[in-house]
Amino acid sequence: MTVSNSTSENLLEVRNLKKYFPIKGGLMRRTVAQVKALDGVSFSIKKGETLGLVGESGCGKTTTGRTVLRLIPPSGGEVLFEGQDVLKASSSRMRTLRRDMQIVFQDPYASLNPRIPVGQSIAEGLTIHNIGTPKERLDQVAQVLDRVGLNSGHMRRFPHEFSGGQRQRIGIARALVMQPKLIVCDEPVSALDVSIQAQVLNLLNDLQKDLGLTYLFIAHNLSVVEHISNRVGVMYLGRMVELASRDQLFRKPMHPYTKALMSAIPLPDPTIKRDRIILEGDVPSPVNPPSGCRFHPRCWLAQDICKHDDPIFEEKEPGHFVACHFAQG
Amino acid sequence: MAQSDVLLKLKGVKTYFFTDEGTVHAVDGLDFQVRRGETLGIVGESGCGKSVTSMSILRLLGKTGKVIEGEIMFDGENLLDLSEEEMRKIRGNRISMIFQQPTTCLNPVFRIGEQIIEALQIHQGLSGEEANKRTIELLTLVGLPDPVRRMRSFPHEISGGQAQRVMIAMALACNPELLIADEPTTALDVTIQAQILDLMRELREKVNTAIILITHDLGVVAEMAENVMVMYAGKAVEYAPVHALFEAPKHPYTQGLIASTPVLGNVRDELETIPGQVPSLLNPPAGCRFASRCAHKMDQCTQEEPPLIKLEGDRLVRCWLY
Ligand SMILES: Nc1ncnc2c1ncn2[C@@H]1O[C@H](COP(=O)(O)OP(=O)(O)OP(=O)(O)O)[C@@H](O)[C@H]1O
Ligand SMILES: Nc1ncnc2c1ncn2[C@@H]1O[C@H](COP(=O)(O)OP(=O)(O)OP(=O)(O)O)[C@@H](O)[C@H]1O
Ligand code: SF4
Ligand code: SF4
Ligand SMILES: [Mg+2]
Ligand SMILES: [Mg+2]
Repeated sequence: MTVSNSTSENLLEVRNLKKYFPIKGGLMRRTVAQVKALDGVSFSIKKGETLGLVGESGCGKTTTGRTVLRLIPPSGGEVLFEGQDVLKASSSRMRTLRRDMQIVFQDPYASLNPRIPVGQSIAEGLTIHNIGTPKERLDQVAQVLDRVGLNSGHMRRFPHEFSGGQRQRIGIARALVMQPKLIVCDEPVSALDVSIQAQVLNLLNDLQKDLGLTYLFIAHNLSVVEHISNRVGVMYLGRMVELASRDQLFRKPMHPYTKALMSAIPLPDPTIKRDRIILEGDVPSPVNPPSGCRFHPRCWLAQDICKHDDPIFEEKEPGHFVACHFAQG
Repeated sequence: MAQSDVLLKLKGVKTYFFTDEGTVHAVDGLDFQVRRGETLGIVGESGCGKSVTSMSILRLLGKTGKVIEGEIMFDGENLLDLSEEEMRKIRGNRISMIFQQPTTCLNPVFRIGEQIIEALQIHQGLSGEEANKRTIELLTLVGLPDPVRRMRSFPHEISGGQAQRVMIAMALACNPELLIADEPTTALDVTIQAQILDLMRELREKVNTAIILITHDLGVVAEMAENVMVMYAGKAVEYAPVHALFEAPKHPYTQGLIASTPVLGNVRDELETIPGQVPSLLNPPAGCRFASRCAHKMDQCTQEEPPLIKLEGDRLVRCWLY
């Protein structure tokens, strides 16, 4: 279990991934600055595994997912899928990759075209890739609808006729119909009520068990991520600051930011009184990230060295990676 | 409990919206009360009527909505009987509100300092200089970094967490007797949420403000509330002190809600789920509104609506099982 050592069980390997968005300004619309949305992120996901990605708003979770899928081009780094570089893939290889890697979005409302029946939305990928006859496509759509707990009768209905949880199931069906190997789930349950959220999480778990799917599961809710992930990465301001197995990370977090994040979560049990780490200040801007360790302006452990030396993301314990000069369990 | 202890008391409140599609029974017979200094949490699924309840209290329902029945007694006075003019004096003065989207409540064209100063001048009759001084105090109190400079910022120039703090400063400018906080931290990151909750707790202690805290986050409720009201499809289905509620939820919906919430540090293979979905409030079903999703449903449940049944320990539950 390493971040960068290539092993054949890794379905996905991401090395030093960077994405800078230009900020244009002035009369000439020249690039006046850059948003360093991703600034050197590395991780890998084994086949059949779920890697959870957490972190606060704007830390780069969605950008990670989209760059991995090549929905947006990276500014640097490598993405290996089954050992081959996605970013250098030929167009024919890219066609297969587009089937192998699917995405499920946060907002089930926005991700479905309101004017076309959901059956057609689900079949869209098959149609684009010219897979099967119309009849075969219809069968496949019926099959995946059944798989996600809806039925073929739902095919002709429009998105507005479904509840939020059902729409999210449709989003999952749309990914599943392509028979992908990897699904990037970007906040798939964040817009749902808890009782509905539980239905969708259980569905994702069942599908993984039955079909051997691999997930990159993005969420800002740590309880949800703990529930669904085998390993978890914590991001802060365009960087991965900690990466470990679920149990390592939740039982023995080592990065001060991870510790603060965990202590900040209100637990649904009024008998528990915890010592909370209250961070000072707000999340800084990725346009001008702080020098040295990016977390230093908010870190209660910060020393002088943290202001000018960027800590290396390294394996402090087997399988447990941390970027902090003073990491401790 | 002395009578004067009760600050707010709702009796049989029904709020309906009259729309083209029909009448939305958004709040359909609600009774509850809040004592001075108490924090009441209101939880429930999206669309169950939490926000409409708060808008009914503040009488901010817009053109299509109306409280068609019931009383909303605030400090002995029925708010529904007040003129719009009298109501304006209460809003933002004796009753304040924090909304989910802070930026929608701050006026985008005025500097944030000006907005608080104006509120203080109107409601508290402070002079310009006094209001200015008090504004700096308030912004310092809510932990806004560099308050004197920040006062000159426009709402779009500050972050979401900062805007929420400005809203809280505004809500507290007049030492309100009642603060209605509708999902005050939902849009914020957890580390910022922790700061804001800390702040609300501190202020509650300093000013003895009663708080109605609306949220769908059971964790926030467990941490902040003394008593909790659980709503389902326009009705209160359970009411209990917070410890009792989490220790032994009584209503099948509350039980399902708690069991379906993933809890940090307590991983289960399978989360409990509540099958189905919330019924439409256009034509709410007869009998118990939870019946279509309830594992304990009996014949009686779909025929007759269960009343709120009193249980031991200041608890109420709307279910035929009790
Ligand atoms: N197209 C874009 N142009 C410019 N900046 C962008 C663009 N997309 C994202 N960003 C910026 O990149 C950073 C990372 O954004 P990203 O959407 O990846 O964050 P996130 O972790 O998914 O946050 P959230 O939890 O709010 O979804 C943010 O500062 C964001 O404003
Ligand atoms: N202006 C309106 N016109 C018609 N129906 C409305 C209006 N405002 C609210 N409703 C309806 O009233 C019901 C209760 O809405 P309310 O906003 O109180 O829900 P809520 O419990 O606050 O939900 P959420 O958790 O999503 O904020 C919903 O069915 C909603 O669709
Ligand atoms: S490197 Fe320093 S500032 Fe950064 S997290 Fe570690 S202790 Fe804190
Ligand atoms: S009244 Fe009947 S249907 Fe309703 S919650 Fe109780 S047992 Fe379930
Ligand atoms: Mg995102
Ligand atoms: Mg609401």
